[in-house]
Amino acid sequence: MEEILRVNGLSKKYEDLTVLDQLSMSVRSGEVVVIVGPSGCGKSTLLRTLNALESIDGGEVVLEGEVINPGNKNLSRVREKVGMVFQSYELFPHKTVFQNLTLAPLKVMKADKKETEKEALALLERVGLSSKKNSYPRQLSGGQKQRVAIIRALMMHPELLLLDEITAALDPEMVKEVLDVVLSLAKEGRTMIIVTHELQFAKAVADRMIFIDGGRIIEEGPPKEFFEHPRTDRLKKFLHSFSYEE
Amino acid sequence: MGFEVLLKGNNIIRLLEGLAVALKISMISVLISIVLGTACGVLMNMKIPVLKQLLRIYLEIVRIMPQMVLLFLVYFGATKAMGINLSAETASIIVFTFWGTAEMSDLVRGSLKAIPLIQYESSLSLGLSRFQMYLYIIIPQIIRRMIPLSINLITRMIKTTSLVMMIGIVEVLKVGQQIIEANRKTAPNAAFGVFLTIFILYFIACWPISCLSKYLEKKWEN
Amino acid sequence: MDAEVLRSYLPGYAEAFFLTIRIGWIGIALSFGIGILTAFVSYYKVPVLKRIAGVYVELFRNTPLLVQLFFIYFGLPKIGFSLSAEACGIIGLGLLGGSYMSESFRSGLDAISKVQTESALALGMTNFQVFWLIVFPEALSLSVPAIVANVIFLLKETSVFSAISLMDLMFTAKDLIGLYYNTTEALFLLVLFYILMLLPVSLIGSIAEKRARYKMLGV
Repeated sequence: MEEILRVNGLSKKYEDLTVLDQLSMSVRSGEVVVIVGPSGCGKSTLLRTLNALESIDGGEVVLEGEVINPGNKNLSRVREKVGMVFQSYELFPHKTVFQNLTLAPLKVMKADKKETEKEALALLERVGLSSKKNSYPRQLSGGQKQRVAIIRALMMHPELLLLDEITAALDPEMVKEVLDVVLSLAKEGRTMIIVTHELQFAKAVADRMIFIDGGRIIEEGPPKEFFEHPRTDRLKKFLHSFSYEE
Repeated sequence: MGFEVLLKGNNIIRLLEGLAVALKISMISVLISIVLGTACGVLMNMKIPVLKQLLRIYLEIVRIMPQMVLLFLVYFGATKAMGINLSAETASIIVFTFWGTAEMSDLVRGSLKAIPLIQYESSLSLGLSRFQMYLYIIIPQIIRRMIPLSINLITRMIKTTSLVMMIGIVEVLKVGQQIIEANRKTAPNAAFGVFLTIFILYFIACWPISCLSKYLEKKWEN
Repeated sequence: MDAEVLRSYLPGYAEAFFLTIRIGWIGIALSFGIGILTAFVSYYKVPVLKRIAGVYVELFRNTPLLVQLFFIYFGLPKIGFSLSAEACGIIGLGLLGGSYMSESFRSGLDAISKVQTESALALGMTNFQVFWLIVFPEALSLSVPAIVANVIFLLKETSVFSAISLMDLMFTAKDLIGLYYNTTEALFLLVLFYILMLLPVSLIGSIAEKRARYKMLGV
């Protein structure tokens, strides 16, 4: 499969604190990569650099052969190719669900209105929210908001989807309804990079796991091996912190 | 450009004295307003239906009636209707207190409402007595909210007292007019310098207080 | 109170009422423009302009309208800027109001989280689109209570226009009291017309506040 994203020696500092330390990775088309790591390890920052929401201090991010950095002139065109979903949903509170979905395609891509609306309806149907079409975000539950946020990103036909701890703010009973949507996206072959703390889910959805600590990739591999036979002590310790046994 | 008249004789002193008149009226009004307003605010929170309605009407009157109109009502109206002869200064203190009390009570009410119920509940569940709860938990939080806003009320009061010249009190603007008038022949452009100076004087009086209020608000956020 | 006197005063008051409303609302419209512009400049930290906006806001928030009007109406002509009383009223109110509106918009802008902006950027919007489609309308909704308070405040402030000899409601009342000593009638009509001018705004404002609050926060 062809490579869609390449990260070379990426470094990022906040004043004296090194958040990303010469990090390199690549993602192939159709691949689902799940990134885990302790809080503050740099995984969210990494996602944000892939979308040029964060400036970088060294290295480069290359998306489909095009170098991304916050100084780019055609940043908005690059960002069209990369969809992102945030922990805090970030629906636009002054727009209805339907307007949230159609706003960017109509204004950014100047897409055909009829087509766009048809697509929005189909996606709402797919995530079971057709009845919420004309609701405002405030009228939705957290799980519903996050499902809308996911399909809002899909409306832009992104080549790559970034999911940043999208279930971290949800009540436990709503986590599944959101993750089911992500699983179905994985099945249809979407390229995704997912940052999450839901290890069970990671195991089910990932083609490849990456463990980051201190701004570096410490270990990576297929999920089975990653969870059952971690090679490094740091990953062992990290995985252990999630279990209550013994 | 007309600044030179200010250096003549004791003109600048007179101007400052005029400002002092305005400041005096505002300080007296603010002090009374804080006392009365706090009482009103607490009363509003007590949920006594009749009282609550009355206070609401009071607040709405203050909300929509310009202080200038109230000044006229009290100064000219009181004399006419009740035969009381109020001095302009007394009339303005009454009006500004009437206005300030409403503003203050609204601040107190808002601050009381802004403290979440859970703060009371958690204080009690820690075993604090009601008295201790108010003393250590509730009142300190209210004060932190209130002080910046009350300080802000001072600057608004100072600005509002500029109105008293309209009922004939000799304050800074009036003194300014007198100076311009007296020097019309020798300094025809005095109006520019004098009014600009008054503008700056008011700014010097209000700005530090505004800054203090903003600073405290930031400092005590959360 | 004498009904005959009331009737004879009415036309004068009506005329003054419309003058006050006209100057008041034009001034408010102007303050809106100035407020948005200065808030925008300070929010996006436009160099130099940001400084100027900051000085302007502090100057006009910390001085009374009456003093501002005296300076504009009596002071400026001495250095060659002569304006009609009406223009002075509008400009004075616009400048005063602009400084208040600026602060209101600014706090609305500040209340919008950084991630909200980022989520719009992530959808491929340009900076301008993010401002125009997302940040600005949201900030506006959030500032509605403050804007309503400002509008009421500014309409009340029109009561000082008589000081620069605009024939507004205060001027009319003062004039009649001085001329005929029918104080009761003159004051009654004064209050009545101010209620007429401000009560609707106050009521509509309250409704607008509730709506905006519900739209943004759902409570």
